[in-house]
Amino acid sequence: MRVAVVGFGQTPFRTKRKDKTHPELAFEAVNAALEHAGLELKDIEAVAYGSMDPFDGIYCPERWDSTACGLEKPIMKISTGGTTGMTTALAAYEHVASGLFDLVMAVCVQRVGECVDAQPVLNTAVDPIYERYSGLGAIHVASFQATAYMAKYNATEEDLAWVSVKDHKNALKNPYAHIKMDVSVDDVLNSRVVCSPLKLLECCPRSDGAAAVIFASEDLARKIRDNPAWVVAETTISDSYYLGDRLSFAEWDSLAIAGRRLFRDAGIENPGKDIDVAELYSPFTIQEILELEALGFAEKGMGKEFAREGVTFMDGDIPTNPSGGVLCTNPIGATGLVRFGEAALQVMGEAENQVDGAEVALSHAWGGTLQFHTLAVLSSKKKLG
Amino acid sequence: MEVKEFEVWWKIPFKHSAGLHATKFFEGLKEGKILGVRCEKCGRVLVPPRAFCERCHTETSEWVEVSDEGVVKTLTVTYMKFTGLPDPPYAVGVVKLDGADTGMLCFLGGIDLSDWRKVHETFKPGTRVKAVWKEEREGKITDIEYFRPLD
Repeated sequence: MRVAVVGFGQTPFRTKRKDKTHPELAFEAVNAALEHAGLELKDIEAVAYGSMDPFDGIYCPERWDSTACGLEKPIMKISTGGTTGMTTALAAYEHVASGLFDLVMAVCVQRVGECVDAQPVLNTAVDPIYERYSGLGAIHVASFQATAYMAKYNATEEDLAWVSVKDHKNALKNPYAHIKMDVSVDDVLNSRVVCSPLKLLECCPRSDGAAAVIFASEDLARKIRDNPAWVVAETTISDSYYLGDRLSFAEWDSLAIAGRRLFRDAGIENPGKDIDVAELYSPFTIQEILELEALGFAEKGMGKEFAREGVTFMDGDIPTNPSGGVLCTNPIGATGLVRFGEAALQVMGEAENQVDGAEVALSHAWGGTLQFHTLAVLSSKKKLG
Repeated sequence: MEVKEFEVWWKIPFKHSAGLHATKFFEGLKEGKILGVRCEKCGRVLVPPRAFCERCHTETSEWVEVSDEGVVKTLTVTYMKFTGLPDPPYAVGVVKLDGADTGMLCFLGGIDLSDWRKVHETFKPGTRVKAVWKEEREGKITDIEYFRPLD
């Protein structure tokens, strides 16, 4: 069964959306997605809902937010750390791909802005017996990657800074993006060191907001819109729990495995040539570089050149994160769904910061202190090749 | 109209069981020993020890003592204060101990941490380090205070 995205809605992402409560944000995103698809809530047969509970200080936010998704509908809750949003998308996709439903909506809400400090929450995701005492959070593990990569491949602080310059430049074109500022390489290098070698302008913000994506079965998709975004292939992967079990932080091996699986299923032989645009989950500059390498866009050790040489900028060969990416907007449990929705908009030709003529887009998320990845290829064509 | 906000705290006590394997590891620390387990199938020595090898899905029961010296795989120095986390600056790293096939998360120390570039130079990946033990050990992960550069 072929499945397509027929609607995407998102709220503007801000430090705090004090104007609205949790379900009011869900309501805003759900209505935006329905309007985009030209559908009504009664048309939606089932809902996949995602959030990373502890960030908002609300356990089971699905209780509150399901009220904005239509009462009495089948609903499933998903929570897989940073991958939550994309796993929720894939759960909704699989509802339709299975043939059990024709029209399913993925909804994700997160209010990291209501968490006065996100790092202690992230620390609770770390092993409580051996590892938590060290104060580890997401930024620390990203810094581990940066240290290892820079040492192994002689990457410079400036190489990493270029990723930030590129994402910030793109975010200026996206009205939904959270951080909007024009930054130079010097601005990035002169911002304060948070966890060495990463500096403040190399780290994502904490964002409030919500997103919704509507999936339709093959026949229905064409009736709903002329330009649906077909889900060509998707996959997820898990890695070890303990960080130390992964002895190289300079490469992202689990992502490389997932990427090969995805591209085989999608019929993609050369990602750099066959994919027109990528929305990667890179809340920290170094991660875009590792992701480009793991996914085969760059040779090992060469990803560091991409932003600096313009390859990943809008007019480069592999425009990456035209939305401004996770570096500029991170409502953690909704972030993956935003990647997925933005990738869909690109192949629909409707993105705010559109890559001209994009036909094939890649969407990615990672979660759980580097443990999980989710990937999907979306296209204006039902099948590649 | 000023939107009202209500402050909420989560301060909930939990007690996490360490299980038998980790308990044995912590008892080892008390005696100044670092214990791991060998997976009978893949042969890897896993430190810290756990009851099953997640790669092979087999139980682990062969205990081995590993060295308190090893090699730095990666590190970071934190300069920002996060609620409830250690006071900055503090350096954490992953150290692969001699005799182990996995790395262990730990503090790095014994040097001035104010300049991160110097810390990264001193502890750059590949650097040999040694555990600095607490004098009064209690059978906790913090019995190893930190790892210092090995001269």
